[in-house]
Amino acid sequence: MNNEWPLWEIFIRGQHGLSHRHVGSLHAPDAEMAIKNARDVYTRRNEGVSIWAVEANNITASSPSDKGPLYEPSESKVYRHPTFFDIPDEVGAM
Amino acid sequence: MSAATSNEAFTQFLLRMGDNTLILGHRVSEWCGHSPVLEEDIALANTALDLIGQTQMWLGLAGEIEGKGQTADNLAFLRDVWDFRNLLLVEMPNGDFGQTLMRQFLFDAWHSIQLGRLMSSSDERVAAIAEKTSKEVAYHLERSADTVVGLGDGTEESHARMQDALDYLWPYVGEMFQSDAVDAEMVAKGIAPDPASLREEYDALVGRILATATLTIPDTAFGHKGGRTGAMHTEHLGHLLTQMQWLQRAYPGSEW
Repeated sequence: MNNEWPLWEIFIRGQHGLSHRHVGSLHAPDAEMAIKNARDVYTRRNEGVSIWAVEANNITASSPSDKGPLYEPSESKVYRHPTFFDIPDEVGAM
Repeated sequence: MSAATSNEAFTQFLLRMGDNTLILGHRVSEWCGHSPVLEEDIALANTALDLIGQTQMWLGLAGEIEGKGQTADNLAFLRDVWDFRNLLLVEMPNGDFGQTLMRQFLFDAWHSIQLGRLMSSSDERVAAIAEKTSKEVAYHLERSADTVVGLGDGTEESHARMQDALDYLWPYVGEMFQSDAVDAEMVAKGIAPDPASLREEYDALVGRILATATLTIPDTAFGHKGGRTGAMHTEHLGHLLTQMQWLQRAYPGSEW
């Protein structure tokens, strides 16, 4: 199985000012080809202005079995949401 | 020179440009659904679509200049082998993936240099098409050159296949730089460069990439010719046309 090209996770910035968003993954022999493949697979319909490619095994992910300790404690803490203030219209989108 | 003769040469030049992209576009499209990996399949299909899109511009203008009411579709689907003006290189069979990418690279290198020159054509329609298509072709070249280097300087097997592909295709390179009366007229009118004037830049570019790919350019001056003049195509073009033109041959005049 080590004939397989490594897996890359692809992030695309849709327009200037927005963040890169994960759009999917693909195989490529190296980082440069990962960018080229991403261009061909994910930007054919004018979806992006910037591409990031990250080799999948360089991503450290949280474990699904840890979801209790990781996420449940924040469920009961509504005061952490900044929803108790009136935001002036002049501020615009936050 | 009379206006009629002049339009004839200009039409021939435009057919040469459009038939190159049409025939190569069709050849590359033959990989659709068959490439070694999904990503390459999509990339090749994109390249094929780019080339077919470019064909619509070149053949559309050819029909307009010729002035006999021919559309790009007519020119693509209703002509037979002897009317085609593409380089022999682009009608060569796909072979393996390496041979396809070698053919692509040898063509892309010429194509990118040619379009660079055509951007300063005295004919503004030609300059506009060159301007628009050169961005696509810059990407085609980057991709095919990278793949030629990757496979040439890859494993023992990929290197051997790429060297075989180069040995097989190199004798079809010389035709790109041959000039005839059509070219002389294009040069005189400032519409297009003398093909021979592209050779130095081509050799430098191709030599650099092939050296990086650890491939050896065959030591031969022999070159096949006859495609761009229409004098004689290879046996492969007729077979290609039976596929490409199948629908119009089976159901003449059908449209949707």
